[in-house]
Amino acid sequence: MSGLYGLVFYMLAAVIVVSTGMAVTRKNQVHAVVYLINSFLGTAVLFYLLGAPLLAALEVIIYAGAIMVLFLFIIMTMGPGVSEPLRLRVRQWVFPSMLGFFCVGAAGLLVFRVRESGDGMPVAMASPAVFGRFVFERYWFAVEIVSLLLFVALVGALYLGKKEDSAAVEIQKDKP
Amino acid sequence: MTVSHGEVIMLGAVLFFMGAVCAVSRRNLIMILIGVEVMLNAAGIALTGASLYWNALDGQAFVLFIMAFAAAEVAVGLALIVYSQRRTSSVNADTYNLMKG
Repeated sequence: MSGLYGLVFYMLAAVIVVSTGMAVTRKNQVHAVVYLINSFLGTAVLFYLLGAPLLAALEVIIYAGAIMVLFLFIIMTMGPGVSEPLRLRVRQWVFPSMLGFFCVGAAGLLVFRVRESGDGMPVAMASPAVFGRFVFERYWFAVEIVSLLLFVALVGALYLGKKEDSAAVEIQKDKP
Repeated sequence: MTVSHGEVIMLGAVLFFMGAVCAVSRRNLIMILIGVEVMLNAAGIALTGASLYWNALDGQAFVLFIMAFAAAEVAVGLALIVYSQRRTSSVNADTYNLMKG
């Protein structure tokens, strides 16, 4: 049973890393978003494996369902002409990739020290009822703040998304 | 169980730096936002693993708040991208080199 658990974890990790790697290197943004949906579905199963079934459901609903569909809407709205990315020059991505590899190597060094102390986590599962009770007892104030944040984000998105007023149109006309 | 805490943290670290490299090296605004999403997701994986390791629910609660934060950030970020695309008809970050006071 424990061997199966580890096998599933490694398979999910491979799926997530490969699909995320494909997503961040695609030229076509629609392809990137679809690969990222694949990665988020894998992450949802990983959350379930790590004992968070409510987070697994929310990962599918919010990340893969809502956020990625919003990305698709915006990409489709803007059309393929303006969303075509420029070809990346070599020196644009080599230096950040080197920095990323160094950071992953440093994290690996730290993790190998952690693994000496503790190997093999317990198998546990937090039921959604217990989790919800915990959140609303311990973090009720943060829940209120987050609801305020979502409201402010809604107002900001509506303000930015509305048609430009006459002054902005004047500026637009002045441009050559 | 054969999966250690370090392996989950390592998966989160690899994903996080993938997202960071994407956000730094790409010039397309939508790809930059996708990189930020990947980074937030990696932080969620690390927090869930820590929640299981210490057998405390706080990590999972933080992931819940990260999801709400990501939703808000994407809504405002995409609205900004649409706004600046309407103004300059481009989503390339290199073309935003003019200021108008």
